[in-house]
Amino acid sequence: MHAFEYAAPASVADAAAALANEDAKVLAGGQTLLPTMKQRLAAPSVLVDLRKIDGLSGISREGDALVIGAMTRHADVAASKVVQDAIPGLAALAALIGDPAVRHRGTIGGSLANNDPAADYPAAALALGATIVTNKREIAAGDFFKGLFETALEDGEIITKVKFPLPEKSAYEKFRNPASRYAMVGVFVAKTKAGVRVAVTGAGSSGVFRHAAMEAALAGNFSPAAIAGVKTDASGLLSDLHGDADYRAHLVGVMARRAVEAAA
Amino acid sequence: MVQVAMTVNGKAVSANVDSRTLLVQFLRENLRLTGTHVGCDTSQCGACVVHVDGKAIKSCTTLAVACEGASVTTIEGLAHGTKLHPMQQAFQDNHGLQCGFCTPGMIMTAVDLVNRKGNALDEATIRHELEGNICRCTGYHNIVKSIAQGAREMATQPQAAE
Ligand SMILES: Cc1cc2nc3c(=O)[nH]c(=O)nc-3n(C[C@H](O)[C@H](O)[C@H](O)COP(=O)(O)OP(=O)(O)OC[C@H]3O[C@@H](n4cnc5c(N)ncnc54)[C@H](O)[C@@H]3O)c2cc1C
Ligand code: FES
Ligand code: FES
Repeated sequence: MHAFEYAAPASVADAAAALANEDAKVLAGGQTLLPTMKQRLAAPSVLVDLRKIDGLSGISREGDALVIGAMTRHADVAASKVVQDAIPGLAALAALIGDPAVRHRGTIGGSLANNDPAADYPAAALALGATIVTNKREIAAGDFFKGLFETALEDGEIITKVKFPLPEKSAYEKFRNPASRYAMVGVFVAKTKAGVRVAVTGAGSSGVFRHAAMEAALAGNFSPAAIAGVKTDASGLLSDLHGDADYRAHLVGVMARRAVEAAA
Repeated sequence: MVQVAMTVNGKAVSANVDSRTLLVQFLRENLRLTGTHVGCDTSQCGACVVHVDGKAIKSCTTLAVACEGASVTTIEGLAHGTKLHPMQQAFQDNHGLQCGFCTPGMIMTAVDLVNRKGNALDEATIRHELEGNICRCTGYHNIVKSIAQGAREMATQPQAAE
């Protein structure tokens, strides 16, 4: 790890000021950033730890939305009765991230900001039509994810919370890489007032994406049978030593059918 | 250098550290608490698991400065003098270790598991919860047996406070 200055400001405004430094970076749970720094793939000059800022973590129901603070840990989302009642698929998703120790540190804001192509939360945010709230603006999930590890966040912009509109039905199914526990393929299916949305993570070579053909098939008939014949084009999918694009395309279909079955 | 202060195994400790210092380095090198091990240094193996404010975390993937003000419990903090914690005793009774390298992390993970899921743990739950802890020796079978016994006995025996 290269040397850095450490700051733990007490407010979002102070954190934003500290982030004005060149090469400053936010530290949340550190479960992605610290391993990356150890490998010297990231070398921030200043680390701005959000842990002392009041109000950045917590879970609440606000009207017909579930609101989760950016610093809320995966374990707290998984164990939350409020999340389990409002969006059970989201609580189940959080319980599938990494391992218990990782879930005690890792945060939803960190996961979304990182936008790993195999991360779980991006699938939920995109399928549920979440709104990512920052210290500057509100960003629709559909506009937030911009490719591999790329998001709409500007330099120094801080996610403060995430708003999930409550779906009528939803579920997440994940085929875990047995070694890393990240998604080989994960599919989040949501039936909402605005229609059916299907988001796929782990498979796309430019990150999480919506599956238009499945959404169309499920719109009139929300059942596993409706998507049994829907093919997934392998051309834009990842191929690596864990599985090639054709295999992932097949898994997308299997995970999607299981997710619809779990949600229906 | 940054000043950091925390409570480790019930004792107040403080030091001036480089901000890069990982919690595991602080425990092992500053405090000489070498029971916490580094197996992988890449957050995979769980040999470095300790409790921070009562929750199991990987101390190789946590900065010491981010634990300012926290209460940390390591494997050294579990026993009461010469009387082992019930989870430690269960590992001894069930031959739950061979080389012992993974054992501190296994035990800290197991105690956290009992704190979250209670004293009656079935085999499937234990195996699932150990997904962040790697053992190269035992094949896990006796670790799972140890944890089931330790969990039951934690219900009846007094333990050191966290
Ligand atoms: C062994 C292991 C297994 C894992 N398995 C999975 C898995 O199965 N599925 C999965 O999805 N993830 C997995 N992860 C990643 C884990 O979920 C991380 O916690 C997560 O990706 C990052 O969250 P963090 O809070 O740790 O963020 P950090 O590591 O602190 O930060 C990550 C990035 O986000 C930025 N950032 C953090 N918070 C904010 C914010 N509020 N606003 C703006 N930028 C911010 C940081 O600057 C940094 O660039 C795993 C990690 C490990 C170590
Ligand atoms: S040394 Fe921390 S997880 Fe392996
Ligand atoms: S006993 Fe040797 S690694 Fe587990």
